Amino acid sequence: MSRLLTALLALLVVVPVAASGSQAAPAAVPHRIVSLSPTATESLFAIGAGPQVVAVDNQSDYPKQAPHTSLSGFTPNVEAIAGYKPDLVVASYDPNGLVATLRRLGIRVLVQDAATNLDGAYAQILALGRVTGHLPRATRLVASMKRQIAALVTKSTPRARGLTVFHELGPDLYTVTSSTFVGRVYSLFGLKNIADAADTAGSGGYPKLSAEYVVSQSPDIVVLADINCCAQSAKTVAARPGWSSVAAVKTGTIVRIDDSIASRWGPRIVNFVRAIAGALAHLRR
Amino acid sequence: MTPRLWILAASLFLAASLVVGALVGPVHIGLVDALQSAAARIPFLHVRTPLSPADEAILWDIRIPRVVLGALVGAMLATAGASYQGVFRNPLADPYLLGVAAGAGLGATLAVVYLRSIDFQNALPPAAFVGGAVAVVAAYAIGRSAGTGSGGATLVLAGVTVAAFFTAVQTFVQQQHSDTIQEVYSWILGRLPSSGWRDVVILLPYVVVALAGILLHRRLLDVLSVGDEEATSLGVNVGRVRLAVVLCATVGTAAAVAVSGLIGFVGIIVPHAIRLVAGPSYRLLLPLSILVGGGFLVLADVIARTALSPAELPIGVVTAFFGAPFFAVVLRTSRRMAA
Repeated sequence: MSRLLTALLALLVVVPVAASGSQAAPAAVPHRIVSLSPTATESLFAIGAGPQVVAVDNQSDYPKQAPHTSLSGFTPNVEAIAGYKPDLVVASYDPNGLVATLRRLGIRVLVQDAATNLDGAYAQILALGRVTGHLPRATRLVASMKRQIAALVTKSTPRARGLTVFHELGPDLYTVTSSTFVGRVYSLFGLKNIADAADTAGSGGYPKLSAEYVVSQSPDIVVLADINCCAQSAKTVAARPGWSSVAAVKTGTIVRIDDSIASRWGPRIVNFVRAIAGALAHLRR
Repeated sequence: MTPRLWILAASLFLAASLVVGALVGPVHIGLVDALQSAAARIPFLHVRTPLSPADEAILWDIRIPRVVLGALVGAMLATAGASYQGVFRNPLADPYLLGVAAGAGLGATLAVVYLRSIDFQNALPPAAFVGGAVAVVAAYAIGRSAGTGSGGATLVLAGVTVAAFFTAVQTFVQQQHSDTIQEVYSWILGRLPSSGWRDVVILLPYVVVALAGILLHRRLLDVLSVGDEEATSLGVNVGRVRLAVVLCATVGTAAAVAVSGLIGFVGIIVPHAIRLVAGPSYRLLLPLSILVGGGFLVLADVIARTALSPAELPIGVVTAFFGAPFFAVVLRTSRRMAA
């Protein structure tokens, strides 16, 4: 009985010590980070971990000063990644057992797959802050993002009442539904997404709408996330057959948004929210 | 049934498909309204359209041009498939046999990847056309240098070789620019664009010339079906006929592929279905392929537009989904007939 008590007492003492011990001595702060995720690249630089980053993948085009390489996050070459002697690899995919292979080489790997909502995006920024030793700055960044987005949304929501939106990923009318990260941004404003009628299980939230449906829905706002990939503009949209009758074309409420901002879930999401708020202000002037 | 009756039946099938194509879509437009809208376009009739401006635009600028485009592409692919099967005496030959698909695919990929800064939608069709033409010319040059004979088998092998090479280059270029995958795949899976009358106007002259050229050779294709030597002894210049038909079929296919992407199976299942029910004579098979091929693709596009409405399916998925099982049946039947 006394032995049991002693054991219990020992446990009571050891557990808190072990717990606080893991907090007091975190794994060493990484100084050679390889980012295979364009979103993580943006976040790392935004929280001040940029100097620790030694290589970013070929899709990471922001910020400019990031150490761009030809590394691929889609078809990664483990040798090429290991060649940078990283002590941390951040990825958004795990193709061909990449993570397991890197870990077998003794490299820490952080996988941050596509966030499905803003809270998920904030959590990823905080996680990067924690791992890289920039938690205070990451916390400040997230607080600032939350504050800016809340202010924009509060101001614009009354203007969005009853309005519809179409978010264009490509001129062949691939789009997003409200179940995607981008789609949720429109939900924040209370905008009605015309793609939601096509939100079947098979579409994965990214259906391809038929042209006649988009024209018949006559969305009030058209957001072009294909200005870089496909050179789309208010002019090309207006020139499409049948589109001259679309409300957004008539009122000129065609928002141009950098493709990469609208396909990532990093700090620049605030710019995206601001662009939508700007379009609403334009519409209700 | 007499040939004349077959032609009549096939024409009715095409007409019915066109009507269904014009009336069925994610946006409901009734038959009566559509007819009145059509009447309103005839001058001096003084009929007023019952449709809203938006519905007018949907019917006349989006849906009907796409239906017409589908008929042109389907007619071209089915007829090209039938003629390839004829000149190569190979039931598995399809319009893409000599590498036109792989070449056009490379052309399209290069356009998407390297012409992103301008509107690649306009650059893609000519690039795909050039790619397809280059691939077939390469296949023909290789085939010729290896010598002719054995029913064009060397030409087919040259086509396979060229296709493999162009596909490898296409995949390589695409891997280097993985951010373009969506645009490239959307073309590779095949789709009829909602681009208004522009693509119809671009495609029409190619299809008319190609189909006329092929139809002129329909009797010679029948002669060819008895074998190269027999046809030669009957006074037919086999090599010249083969070159002329392949040239027409290729130019037409390259133009169709340039606008619609790679729509599979039409060139195989339509001619074979016709052979099964109406017999193998090219005098009947070729005109029927034009009519039935056009109607088939229009109906396939109706499914592509409406099955997941208001979302769309790639039309290549529809033709292969219905084409593959049908083709399996054709294979079984033809093997039994041969046995």
